[in-house]
Amino acid sequence: MTREMTGAEMVIQALKDQGVDTIFGYPGGAVLPIYDEIIQQEGLEHILVRHEQGAGHAAEGYARSTGKPGVALVTSGPGATNMVTALTDAMLDSIPLVCISGQVPTHLIGNDAFQECDTVGITRPCTKHNWLVRDVDDLPRILHEAFYVATSGRPGPVVVDIPKDVQFATGTYQGPTPNPAAAHKSYRPQMKGDAASIRMAAEMMAAAKKPVLYTGGGVINSGPQACQLLRELVSLTGFPITSTLMGLGAYPASGDNWLGMLGMHGTYEANMTMHDCDLMICIGARFDDRITGRTDAFSPNSRKVHIDIDPSSINKTINVDLPIIGDVAHVLEDLVRIWRSSSLKSDAKAMKDWWTQIDQWRARNSLAYKPNSDVIMPQYAIQRLYELTKHRKTFISTEVGQHQMWAAQFYGFEEPNHWLTSGGLGTMGYGLPAAIGAQTAHRDALCVDIAGDASILMNIQEMSTAVQFGLPVKVFILNNQYMGMVRQWQQLLHGNRLSHSYTDSLPDFVKLADAYGGVGFRVEKPGDLDGAIEEMIAVDKPVLFDCRVANLTNCFPMIPSGKAHNEMLLPDEANDEAVANAISAEGKSLV
Amino acid sequence: MNAQNVDAPSAYFLAEVSNEIETHTLSLLVDNEPGVLARVIGLFSGRGYNIDSLTVSETEHEKHLSRITIVTTGTPMIIEQIRHQLDRLVPVHRVTDLTVRAKRANQDKPLERELALVKVAGMGEKRLEALRLGDAFRTTVIDATTEHFVFEITGRTSKIEQFISIMKPLGLVEVSRTGVAAVQRGPEGL
Repeated sequence: MTREMTGAEMVIQALKDQGVDTIFGYPGGAVLPIYDEIIQQEGLEHILVRHEQGAGHAAEGYARSTGKPGVALVTSGPGATNMVTALTDAMLDSIPLVCISGQVPTHLIGNDAFQECDTVGITRPCTKHNWLVRDVDDLPRILHEAFYVATSGRPGPVVVDIPKDVQFATGTYQGPTPNPAAAHKSYRPQMKGDAASIRMAAEMMAAAKKPVLYTGGGVINSGPQACQLLRELVSLTGFPITSTLMGLGAYPASGDNWLGMLGMHGTYEANMTMHDCDLMICIGARFDDRITGRTDAFSPNSRKVHIDIDPSSINKTINVDLPIIGDVAHVLEDLVRIWRSSSLKSDAKAMKDWWTQIDQWRARNSLAYKPNSDVIMPQYAIQRLYELTKHRKTFISTEVGQHQMWAAQFYGFEEPNHWLTSGGLGTMGYGLPAAIGAQTAHRDALCVDIAGDASILMNIQEMSTAVQFGLPVKVFILNNQYMGMVRQWQQLLHGNRLSHSYTDSLPDFVKLADAYGGVGFRVEKPGDLDGAIEEMIAVDKPVLFDCRVANLTNCFPMIPSGKAHNEMLLPDEANDEAVANAISAEGKSLV
Repeated sequence: MNAQNVDAPSAYFLAEVSNEIETHTLSLLVDNEPGVLARVIGLFSGRGYNIDSLTVSETEHEKHLSRITIVTTGTPMIIEQIRHQLDRLVPVHRVTDLTVRAKRANQDKPLERELALVKVAGMGEKRLEALRLGDAFRTTVIDATTEHFVFEITGRTSKIEQFISIMKPLGLVEVSRTGVAAVQRGPEGL
């Protein structure tokens, strides 16, 4: 399709041609021409946020829950700088995000004009790519390229910065090219894995005595088919499987072979299996420092296969024996096919012994906590939330901290794309806007932000967005009046000196919900919890649920900084003395 | 099993792992567009990699392609990372580690040349000595008065370093260097 139109019209047309139905944004001087087009069209819904960071996280929530790119629209200067946190978040978690920002007119660029900032300069390290559009005739091509770059290969955020005069200028619009991957001159990620390497991986799997599958967010990014193939691979091989925080849901938590999450707050069985395995198959994960613990003691006796679409993930922190570059779904398809056609089988006797060992670790019951009939234990709150919502179509987002880890440990995810959390960047304030993004895409679903009392205040203003657009998100606050994870680290590292991790003067969340036009609940007794959760679900409005939990509970098990997988601190061993001495001098300087 | 896999495109193999610091010369073909150099340099500063030398110029005008030559130091694991991180940038068409290429072809190093303009001022015997050494190093005098010379010297980095250090006691005023340009030996291109 070729047609004359203004730059602002091109933006709307390109978004529609890319299949976008929702954008999250906030107007301002440098994007007014685009907003003038938004109000004159139908088919593209605009969700007005209350802070640009909210627009970014909402777009991430939309993207993560749908598998489609999220789109945000912000103005120049502060609009763009407020977006930086969300862009960095999407960068670290590989979320496809297209951010369109307004810019001062081209003749003012570099003049320190009102609301001017060097948007492409500022966002260069926190985007996969970005563009400053200087000529309206380049705009359609760049917009389509932006979607291609954001969604292909390892997904990520992109920024298209459009000066105001380019939005007003008239040029020729062209629709998207049918096969952007073939047409792109330099960016063509490899999808198919090397066949010989995949065959070698299959043979290594058949020979393994103590294998483990270690999966990550890349499986979810690769799509539902990748998750299906992963499940098939597990049932064919009988291998144990664990996942990173970002990968939860790719394999069902109710599955027989599920070990639970691994890493710093992962289960004992997952970490011990990783430590003692003889073959590790890493699929779409990146050996992050929260996963590996001490790298020189990481899984010392295993051979490692790494399947990843991004070659720069290979050998970045952990050397692997067999890298396979390619899209997870493509590689797993080949792997499953080779496994079947070559009639490969896992070593039945060895697997039996391996599972016997794993069951012993499981029996350690590393997530256990002491139940309490007077105060609500935070773990119990998540368990009840899970039991009362698991039969519904539920999307869970989180903020960052102890509540996030408890959610990952105690909420069982059966399907991909239902778990929205800030893993890499660890952005407090992510959960509420992310839930809004998910709710926008899934109007009939239950969208719950599991929050902490500190995190929720970082983007609480988005309650107003939820109320305006009739998005009945539920904010389930585990309120212990502390920045719990900060406090936990102060106890571990800083002699229990709780410097500024206690929040005095928290707002009354029930009144706050009311003030925004939502509904508030407060629960203090374990006995009242179920009824209140059911009421919360029944309310067709945004909810702030103030769940008062035991104040001083800490999150275990834990691999202390600088320790290896087999040196976990388990809940029943974590007395005050053990906590105070858990981290050595070298470990203290690690984050 | 590592040996079987030596030709896989992006593996760095366990058998070869060393923590020795090495110097490598990387050659990049990139779109000549605004910001591309900032992306490359930002990657190095953001991830804490070293740049010993960097040169850039448009080499294919019709296609708007530039060639960037970077000399960097690090462990083999870091250098492998640098190569992949550069390759991930959208406007980067190709990244080649010329040092690895040369090693694979059993050559000592890729072809590397640098140009420097060296200004030396002085009178009498020192001036004559500077001129004699300039000849010995096959430099060209491109500017002179009775008080100074500007030598143009090309060669490997080591040769230029040597010339500059010899000129120091003979009245070295200033030096401007291009950084390393490099290609691999033999008929093949990037």
